[in-house]
Amino acid sequence: MAANPERPARRSIRAAIVLATAAIAAFGLVAVVHEVTRDRIAASERARELARFDQVLGELRYDNDLLADTLSLRDPELLGTTAAIIAYRARFHGRPVAVLLEPVAPDGYAGAIRLLLAVAPDGTVIGVGTASHRETPGLGDFIDTRKSDWMQRFAGKSLGNPTAARWQVRKDGGDFDQYTGATITSRAVVGTIGRTLEFFARHRDELLGDELLGDELPAAPATIRP
Amino acid sequence: MTPAAILRAGFRDQNPGLVQLLGLCPLLAVSTSLGSGLGLGLATMAVLIASNGLVSLVGRSLPAEIRIAVFVLLIAALVTAVELALSAWLPGLHAALGIFLPLIVTNCLVLARAEAFASRQPVGNALLDGFAMGGGFLVVLVALGSVREVLGRGSLGGDLHVLLGSGESTSGLHLFGEQHGFLLALLPPGAFILLGLGLAWRQARQATAPAAASGAVVTSGMPGEAAA
Repeated sequence: MAANPERPARRSIRAAIVLATAAIAAFGLVAVVHEVTRDRIAASERARELARFDQVLGELRYDNDLLADTLSLRDPELLGTTAAIIAYRARFHGRPVAVLLEPVAPDGYAGAIRLLLAVAPDGTVIGVGTASHRETPGLGDFIDTRKSDWMQRFAGKSLGNPTAARWQVRKDGGDFDQYTGATITSRAVVGTIGRTLEFFARHRDELLGDELLGDELPAAPATIRP
Repeated sequence: MTPAAILRAGFRDQNPGLVQLLGLCPLLAVSTSLGSGLGLGLATMAVLIASNGLVSLVGRSLPAEIRIAVFVLLIAALVTAVELALSAWLPGLHAALGIFLPLIVTNCLVLARAEAFASRQPVGNALLDGFAMGGGFLVVLVALGSVREVLGRGSLGGDLHVLLGSGESTSGLHLFGEQHGFLLALLPPGAFILLGLGLAWRQARQATAPAAASGAVVTSGMPGEAAA
C-alpha cells in the first residue's frame, strides 16, 4: 500500500467505491437477517406480553385476542401519567372477564413505578404486578412479584373493601401494611391501586365495552383458551 | 503464529478481560449472573469469530484510509444480525442483555482484534484468534458472573433457563435465600472490586511465574488500555 503510485484523486474514488460496496454488503446482510427473523420476533414479543398478563390474571380463562381488544385512556389525575394508557380487555365467550390496566405511580422512591393491574368486571382486583420500576434493589423491589409476594395482598380487594378512605398504608391511617423500611414505595403502590379502582368505577361501562349484559358476572369456566 | 500460541494468547497471556482490559464496560455491567455472563460471552465470541474471518478475507485489499471504517461497518452489521437472531430465538436472553448486546459494536476488543490481528493474518489464524480472544473474554465474564451471583443472590446458574429459552423459572443451584445475598456484589462497585481481585490474582501469578512466561505480556499487541 505504501508504494502505491496512484494519483490522490483516483485513490479517493477507489476508496469511496470500496466503502460504498462495504456499506451495501452490510446493509444486505442486515436486511436478509431482518426478513428471516421478523415473524419470529413479532411472535415472541406477543408471547412475552401475554406471559406478563398471565402473571396477574392467574388461572382466569379468556378466549379473545387480548392484545387486539384495547382502549386508549388518558387520566393524569387517577392514572398517574399524562401519557395515554392502554387498557386490554379479556373476554370469555364475548363477555368481559377482566380489564388490564397499566397505571403509573409517579411518587415512587426512585421515580415512577409502572404497575400492571387486572380488575374483574365487578371492580375487584384480580392481581397486581409491576411492569417497570427503579426502586432500590433489596429494599424497594418487594413490589416485583418474582421477589416477594407482597403484591398478592391486593387480590380480592375492591373500592368498597376496604372503603376508599382506607386505601392507604397503615401509617397514614389505611388498611395496608407498609413494607418495613420502604414506606414511600408502599404508599405509592397502594395509592395508585386505589386511584385506578376509582378510575375503573367511574368508567366501568366504557372499559367493559358494549358486550356486557347488565350486571351479570360471568363465571370463569374451566376451558382451555386457544 | 502457531495455533497453540494463538490459543495461549487469547485465554491466558493476552486475556482481554484480565490483561488487555478491553471491553470492561459490558464485562462489568452484564456479569451479574452466570447466565447473562455466558450469554453475552457467547454473543461477543460469535461476533468476534465472524468479524475476524471477514476482516481477514477483505482486510489486505482495502485502502488504508477507509480500512477502519469498513471494519466498523462489518462489525455493526454482524452485531445487528446477532441481535435480531437472539431477539427471535432467545427473547429472554435478549431482554436480559438489553443495551449491552448492540453495544458489542463499541466493544473495542472486536475492533482491536480486527485491526491488530485479523487484517494481517490468514483466515484460519484469524478465526482461531476470534475463538481464543472471545473464549478468554467469555471465561472472565462467566467467572465474574458466577462469583457475583453466588455472593449476591445465593444461587449459581439461576437464570440459565433464559439461555435455553425454556419458560420454567427453575434452574441451577440455590445455596441460600436471595434475601441473605450480599447486595454489593450485584452493584457496579462490587463488579469493580471483584475484577480488581481477579487482576491482583493474575498479577500475583505473573510475579511468581518463571521469567520465560512473563515476556508475553510486555510484547502484547495492544496497549493495556481500559476502555469500553
